[in-house]
Amino acid sequence: MTAEIGQIALTLALALASVMAVSGLIGARVTATVSRQIASSAAMGFAVFVALAFGMLVYAASVSDFSVLNIANNSSLAKPMLYKITGVWGNHEGSMLLWMLVLALYSAAMAFACRGGARLTSVALGVQGLLAIAFLLFILFTSNPFLRIDPPPFDGAGLNPLLQDLGLAVHPPSLYIGYVGLSATFAYAAAALITREMDAAWARAARPFILTAWIALTIGITLGSWWAYYELGWGGFWFWDPVENASLMPWLIATALLHSALATERTGAFRTWTLLLAIAAFSLSLIGTFLVRSGVLTSVHSFANDPERGMFILVMLVGAIGGALALFAWRAPSLARGAAFEPVSRETALLINNVLLVAATATVFLGTLYPLFLDALTGTKISVGPPFFAITFVPLCIALLIVLPFGPRLSWHKASFAEAVRPLLPVLGIAALIGVIVCFVVSTEILVGAGAFALAAWVIGASVTDLSKRRVKSAAAFAVAIAHAGLGVSLMGIAGTTLWRVETLALLGPGDTAQVGPYAITMGRVSRDDGPNFAAIRAHIQVRKGGQLLATLDPAKRVYPVEQQETAETAIRTTGLSDLYLALGDERGRGQFVVRAYYNPLAPFIWIGGAIMALGGLIALMGRVTVRRARSAEQAVPVL
Amino acid sequence: MKRLLLLLLFVSGAASAALAPGSLPDPAQETRARALQKELRCVVCQGESIDDSNAPIASDIRHLIRTRIVAGESNDQIKSYLVSRYGDFVLMAPPLKPTTWVLWFGPVAVLLGGAVVGSIVVIKARKRARSMT
Repeated sequence: MTAEIGQIALTLALALASVMAVSGLIGARVTATVSRQIASSAAMGFAVFVALAFGMLVYAASVSDFSVLNIANNSSLAKPMLYKITGVWGNHEGSMLLWMLVLALYSAAMAFACRGGARLTSVALGVQGLLAIAFLLFILFTSNPFLRIDPPPFDGAGLNPLLQDLGLAVHPPSLYIGYVGLSATFAYAAAALITREMDAAWARAARPFILTAWIALTIGITLGSWWAYYELGWGGFWFWDPVENASLMPWLIATALLHSALATERTGAFRTWTLLLAIAAFSLSLIGTFLVRSGVLTSVHSFANDPERGMFILVMLVGAIGGALALFAWRAPSLARGAAFEPVSRETALLINNVLLVAATATVFLGTLYPLFLDALTGTKISVGPPFFAITFVPLCIALLIVLPFGPRLSWHKASFAEAVRPLLPVLGIAALIGVIVCFVVSTEILVGAGAFALAAWVIGASVTDLSKRRVKSAAAFAVAIAHAGLGVSLMGIAGTTLWRVETLALLGPGDTAQVGPYAITMGRVSRDDGPNFAAIRAHIQVRKGGQLLATLDPAKRVYPVEQQETAETAIRTTGLSDLYLALGDERGRGQFVVRAYYNPLAPFIWIGGAIMALGGLIALMGRVTVRRARSAEQAVPVL
Repeated sequence: MKRLLLLLLFVSGAASAALAPGSLPDPAQETRARALQKELRCVVCQGESIDDSNAPIASDIRHLIRTRIVAGESNDQIKSYLVSRYGDFVLMAPPLKPTTWVLWFGPVAVLLGGAVVGSIVVIKARKRARSMT
């Protein structure tokens, strides 16, 4: 019954999404009060039915109901309960339903909060409704998770073992909260263009959604990178894989949007630009979904390959992006208000931030899509890998980080450069000093290393000065300092790992020793270590430093018989400042194993930095809620 | 099924580490070989460099690189030999030629365009700010 209930719930959700779309858009008429109320109620009902459908799929997965095709294809009896449930979104159909669930919850939140007034909310819900219709049709016609199979198999085909991991269980929902959160800002942008209500109130209405999406994307990307680090066994943290790029692009534009919307909210500057960024951010989310879901890329992440789906998403993509851009071209000129500010001001700083972020997005966009485009058009195959991004993307980031500390210190409209820079001079001194120290400490890549650490010190130092000198008067300013510092911390991690990683490949038999950076590793015994749904061999490797035994690390190699796949279970010993990273490879006869060992200085900082950035976003979001409560409390006083 | 097998190959390759067929005795030459390996793509793999890959062809090319380095060839000579055999696909950063102008100069164009538009916006904003006071 579960699958049928799910199917019916999805169909009813489609009906309610249609009601939401039509009545929401009619709500653009000033007098259409009832229509706006209908849209709002429809949004709530829509969320309830999508949640019901999702609940049914989770239930069917948890009881291993293999009469449901999707579960028979992607689950198995031996799989632990946790992965039976998280496996629901580890496949195409389930992940699209999760996408839908997040969209539905955002719609309900928009209807509930009713930010920016009833009219703006109503039209935004109408746009959300249109998106929901498109995606529900996509799910029902090309990716239905509730299809039955008769007769049901005795056991399922299992889930890709790489995905049987806690980090990856949380990574997709987090990314989706980000991607789809940008649909809310997209809907608000379209609503602003339709109703011609674009002012500071709009920015205030959209901001919690931008922030939520940004935080979720930050967490999602950080988790994805961390997962790739410990699960793939290559010791790297970012591979410039198209699927990684697909999540990076919306993040870059969302970051630009966050900054631009700040200016719009405070001074009314960059109104139309903010709208364009809101449209672009979600468009890139859709393009990311298209890249991952259509199978145009073939990479480790790509577990869907079906041209029919690809065409459907492509049509949706063109409709949504084209429609929004056409609306923008038509209405934006009438919304533009020329801003007034001096060249030295916060506005100019944000503008520089935006230009650099957009150019950085362009490098990722071209690097990801141009090879596909060239292949489709001329049949010429080219590769765009890390060396390309090192030349194009990295310089833009450096420029961004150099100017970053100035931004928060410049006041709106008109600022004094000298006044803003004065407190930064000691920081500049410290950064230069750190650069010089790095020059003496390290032997290779001196200039790059010195530059990177001086830059990190510059960014972190500026934030710390902000926090310590109590320049921070509001939660918002506090949040800015934290988020910017997080970026600096990540930079340290990236620089340290990239510059000073030591990589050792060794063929080790029992008792053999190899040197990895400051550590000596000695191969011990190798044992069987089978789990519920895999067979594994585990090596016990002793780690010594200066002759003293520090730890025994147990990297393993797993074989999943149901899925016919092998995975590497890396063993990582972290001191918080550096990682020793071991991955076990093939047996090469006579009890000798290939061991891939890395010493990764400062690697943990990469993800700690990401977490700090997300924390900054969270503080901004919470601060906003508190301020709003305080305001409504103030307003309540006269009534009492 | 074919895809699954491909993935299987791919993953077991990742797990088992690319072991050098015999590193060069001269550390400078070995460093050069490693750096060169990172700039070349394993043509049968998915986005892996010669350095990462465990595919037989990658191992062959690692050997070829070392043989040619010892024979005194420059990095460019080795690269152009590999390009003549496998096409531009083998290079992790595509060469600059008319078909890749958009790729290489696109970001620069966006940056310059942004700078020009940004400057105009700032100049206009300044004019407005001055005229208001």
